[in-house]
Amino acid sequence: MAELDRVVKPKTKRAKRFLEKREPKLNENVKNAMLIKGGNANATITQVLRDVYALKKPYSVLYKKKNITRPFEDQTSLEFFSKKSDCSLFMFGCHNKKRPNNLIVGRMYDYHVLDMIELGIEKFVSLKDIKNSKCPEGTKPMLIFAGDAFDVSEDYRRLKSLLIDFFRGPTVPNIRLAGLEYVLHFTALDGKIYFRTYKLLLKKSGCRTPRIELEEMGPSLDLIMRRTYLASDDLYKLSMKLPKALKPKKKKNISHDTFGATYGRIHMQKQDLSKLQTRKMKGLKKRPAEKLTDNQENKPKKMKRRKIDSI
Amino acid sequence: MEARSAEELLARAERAEAEKLRLITVHKDLELEFDLGNLLATDRNPPTGLRQRSGPGLEAQLRGLARDNVQLLINQLWQLPSERVEEAVVARLPEPSLRLPREKPLPKPRPLTRWQQFAQLKGIRPRKKTSLVWDEASKQWRRRWGYQRARDDTKEWLIEVPGGADPDEDQFAKRLQAKKERVARNELNRLRNIARAHKVQLPSQGGMHPTGYQSRAELGKAMQVAKVSTASVGRFQERLPKEKPPRGPGKKRQFQPNIGDFAAEKKSQLELIRVMNSKKPRMDVTRATNKQMREEDREEAAKKRKVAKGRGGKRKGRPLGPGGKGKGGPPGPGGKRKGRPPGLGGKKGQRQGGKRRK
Repeated sequence: MAELDRVVKPKTKRAKRFLEKREPKLNENVKNAMLIKGGNANATITQVLRDVYALKKPYSVLYKKKNITRPFEDQTSLEFFSKKSDCSLFMFGCHNKKRPNNLIVGRMYDYHVLDMIELGIEKFVSLKDIKNSKCPEGTKPMLIFAGDAFDVSEDYRRLKSLLIDFFRGPTVPNIRLAGLEYVLHFTALDGKIYFRTYKLLLKKSGCRTPRIELEEMGPSLDLIMRRTYLASDDLYKLSMKLPKALKPKKKKNISHDTFGATYGRIHMQKQDLSKLQTRKMKGLKKRPAEKLTDNQENKPKKMKRRKIDSI
Repeated sequence: MEARSAEELLARAERAEAEKLRLITVHKDLELEFDLGNLLATDRNPPTGLRQRSGPGLEAQLRGLARDNVQLLINQLWQLPSERVEEAVVARLPEPSLRLPREKPLPKPRPLTRWQQFAQLKGIRPRKKTSLVWDEASKQWRRRWGYQRARDDTKEWLIEVPGGADPDEDQFAKRLQAKKERVARNELNRLRNIARAHKVQLPSQGGMHPTGYQSRAELGKAMQVAKVSTASVGRFQERLPKEKPPRGPGKKRQFQPNIGDFAAEKKSQLELIRVMNSKKPRMDVTRATNKQMREEDREEAAKKRKVAKGRGGKRKGRPLGPGGKGKGGPPGPGGKRKGRPPGLGGKKGQRQGGKRRK
């Protein structure tokens, strides 16, 4: 309860709830995205931002007015917006002669810019240009990344992580199988990234798993990567830190070997082997006469045996 | 013969199975990597199949690639354990395996408050209280505190004067005062707990709260702090006849012990001799740059003054012309000082002034 740590306590329950929602937690909220237009945004950029807003509803904010800032030079304005609207993802669109149809995608850590990647839009087909039925807002999309370029360079790897972060949506424990409606497919080929959105059609197949047919639905973009502003390694490491409470708990006494066999360890108390429950052979049972003579012999010997046992 | 028919049966069964799965099998050179918690699939195969570079052919090929990938992902998802929740089939997703950076830093653990420490020490556990209490006066269940509470002190119209108290004292006012004091004390304790949590040193915690048993040093410190806490920061405070002026928080000199680290001492002395012997003078970069910047500032200021004087003298009756606008124009980027615009403007102004005079 960090709002009780403030010098000025919140006076209403509503204010308290507002502050509680924004404070750092172990399990975080879904990241909100803010979509901002630059001072010289053109129709293409505006439509792109509108389409992304439609995809990311209700976890996004679309700013209607133009904001004259340059994210790569001065990040204070973006950080101020992020603090006011509690958004940790942003998309900034602008257009000029040197960088036509420019889109800057980025994320924040602790209200400071963590990563920013500038993408240029070469071709854009909007949601409204493709005339078919769309899926309801708020559905969780499936994400597919194709192409080996996404692993080769650090820039592409961060771009992949950033895009997953951006489009992922809330993390859910269960998902309704009929509710898997659309998929975002990113292909990296020849320095270009093809972003396509398809609607899923489940067809009958011979078995339980359906056959998939795709129908182009939503915004499709051809992107090229321009500038990047990536966080330093230690800041990135800090932002990825897992709290101890969320680390996967190790089960004790279970180990795996290289071939995948699981070994368990059982700890037993010390057993008295003379009193073990074994199979009884009636023929070997001691007769009463033999028992008596044994006792007379064994008494002095018993003391010796005990000593050995104790060592 | 039986063996052959058995073989045939098996072969037929296999073919039937393959037929069934034909529609949903996809062949890939490299297996995809799945992160089902995020509904994510990564295809590492190089997209060499995409031969077209533009146009509808490319779209069709992209769509084919996407279809294959999505089919594989769906196959994986359909293999998850599923259950039925209110007439919908729901699959249980595993934890997302891809780690993404957090948006806010980890919450810091807060130190225990004074009461919590005491309770832990004594083993006191919070007792759950009922939310409603029986109120005798109104014969109904009322809440324990808040609006229309059970035993409301403030609503009493009669307070008996207690045995040893002054009969002229206002008991109602006394009650109000007691409540104000309690509220103030609670607020003070809350702020002290916050200060302790943030490890902020409060002046009262530095030994300057009146206990009656303060040492000479503590009293001295309290007196010094009181002296400086005026509007003029202690400049015009009177002093007693034989009182010495306060020493002030000057820089404390640090002395190395006489017999300390011999190796370090030897090293520092050798370094000193080396510096004294060297022909090149040592340069302190920060001081040099500061000096340079100050000189530049001075030159600029001097130039500005000259231009202002020159312009003021030559253009007495004229309103602010284009030269004035040039000076009042864009002040230039941020903190970097570039002496160019005033200089240029100044020169132009002087020349124009000269022409006009003619």
